[in-house]
Amino acid sequence: MDNTQYKNVFVFAEQRDGVVQSVALELIGKARDLAADLGEKVFAVLLGKGIAASAHRLIEYGADTVIVVDDNNLKDYITEQYTQAMYQVVVEYKPSILLFGATTIGRDLAPRIAARLGTGLTADCTKLEISEDTKEFQMTRPAFGGNLMATIMCPNHRPQMSTVRPGVMQKCAPDASRKGEIINFAPKFDSSKFSVKLIKTVKEEKASVDISEAKILVSGGRGVGCVAGFDKLRELAKVVGGEVSSSRAMVDAGNMPHDRQVGQTGKTVRPDVYFALGISGAIQHLAGMEESECIIAVNKDKFAPIFAVADLGIVCDLNTVVPLLTERLKKEMAK
Amino acid sequence: MKILVCIKQVPDTTEIRIDPVTKTLVREGVPSIMNPDDKGGLELALQLKDKFGAEVTVITMGPPQADVMLREAFAMGADRAILLTDRKFAGADTLATSYALAGAARTLDWDLIITGRQAIDGDTAQVGPEMAEHLGLPQVSYVAGLEYDGKSFTIKKQTEDGYQILQFEGKGLLTVLASAFKSRYMTVGGIVDAYNKEVEIWAADKIDFDESRLGLKGSPTKVVKSFAKELKQPGVIHEVDAEQAVELIVSKLKEKHII
Repeated sequence: MDNTQYKNVFVFAEQRDGVVQSVALELIGKARDLAADLGEKVFAVLLGKGIAASAHRLIEYGADTVIVVDDNNLKDYITEQYTQAMYQVVVEYKPSILLFGATTIGRDLAPRIAARLGTGLTADCTKLEISEDTKEFQMTRPAFGGNLMATIMCPNHRPQMSTVRPGVMQKCAPDASRKGEIINFAPKFDSSKFSVKLIKTVKEEKASVDISEAKILVSGGRGVGCVAGFDKLRELAKVVGGEVSSSRAMVDAGNMPHDRQVGQTGKTVRPDVYFALGISGAIQHLAGMEESECIIAVNKDKFAPIFAVADLGIVCDLNTVVPLLTERLKKEMAK
Repeated sequence: MKILVCIKQVPDTTEIRIDPVTKTLVREGVPSIMNPDDKGGLELALQLKDKFGAEVTVITMGPPQADVMLREAFAMGADRAILLTDRKFAGADTLATSYALAGAARTLDWDLIITGRQAIDGDTAQVGPEMAEHLGLPQVSYVAGLEYDGKSFTIKKQTEDGYQILQFEGKGLLTVLASAFKSRYMTVGGIVDAYNKEVEIWAADKIDFDESRLGLKGSPTKVVKSFAKELKQPGVIHEVDAEQAVELIVSKLKEKHII
């Protein structure tokens, strides 16, 4: 493979119901750094139906060029339809680097495209950089449940593909005066391969904010014990204007829904304050929250690994601390 | 119905520790388990076996020690087990792994392939979709529920903010969430059976592989270095009663201008 034919940093600009996802803007932010180091351009690829108006937004956040594929086949995300479109974009424009959000869509689509292209894909990268001396693309990711970090390269195949979880990279500040190019691309679809049909999409009622967007998280682990224990955490969260999240153990036990799980197999969060209540702090949990601005840990076990990352560590029974704290904060807030 | 379930033996990552001096992975004493999402996939296959009399074959690529996991699959109710094991497979990334598994799958007869969503040692979620691509199959990932009416599969796929209902007829590949399919226990009869049944050992030459696509050689991605993550400096730890704890937390929240 002649690598020199491939250049520029491409981002799959994931949209849902016409709304560009935050992770796409974060990836464009990162792509700007990479493109600057390589002396190349940032391309965003926007697939969907009736989505062309979002192209300007991608430019405001740092894309130099937006490739728009506006087609009825792409109204909803379905693996094969999106793979066909994205594959043809890659073959036509030959990117050197191609980034996806590690969402349920990105993690479904990226491996399918990587296999169609016969190239490598590195999942859930936490750091992407261009080496200073050799200008090679280096992708760093956690392995073994976050116990180890591995730096991975894809030296002989192009594009070099990676996925990045939402919340890991930083967006650029939007600049409404930024200029960019918009290209409309029309792939040829082979509908004989469209064997999966979408019957319906159901959004589950959520009165709450996505935990990765929350400023304050009240997170519970094994020490909370049961479903009723989480009611106390919810009360505390309500008083401080936060959301409730949990460790994997509580999700596996069925005490909390999966979308509340923090950690390697859950979500990556970096709130202003993270309350770790009765969470021992297995490495895969720490991997999802250690970037939090301030970590307050309460645990009965003074040897719990969570204390190694806590800004404030309290060895005490959370079940006595939480109700008292809730009452006290109610008074503080009323002041 | 014939179902092929891909499973992987993984170290139980919740038991892994980093040696504080050498900063390397301590593997001694870490139990090997059937990857949880794969076990969920096997459970789904066995539920289909219970309902429709499906024949369930499990396959894994790994070292000879993976035999134990395949016997666990027998004890849960699998009918046939295949162990792909050969030095030529070693060092495979997801693309080379999916190539090998897809190659083996081509020599078998099945209507449905099931894999776990992801394995806990790598968390990539790539091998299932990549296999589906090699085999030209439709895929549905993040499967949280399934119905079969004798003709088409109706599948519940979990998403970030709810779920989708998808449908296909004919052959396909599913990647399954452990949380949706709580796996059954091994039965006593099953355990006895597990050691009477034969695990089929397949080396690379059993299949007509393009050897340049196997193992380390066939892997586009290369691990150039690995290292233990530096944890941040811990703050102060206080052993206090609940009243004092509340004071400490309140002053911390004030310091951070939260209240």
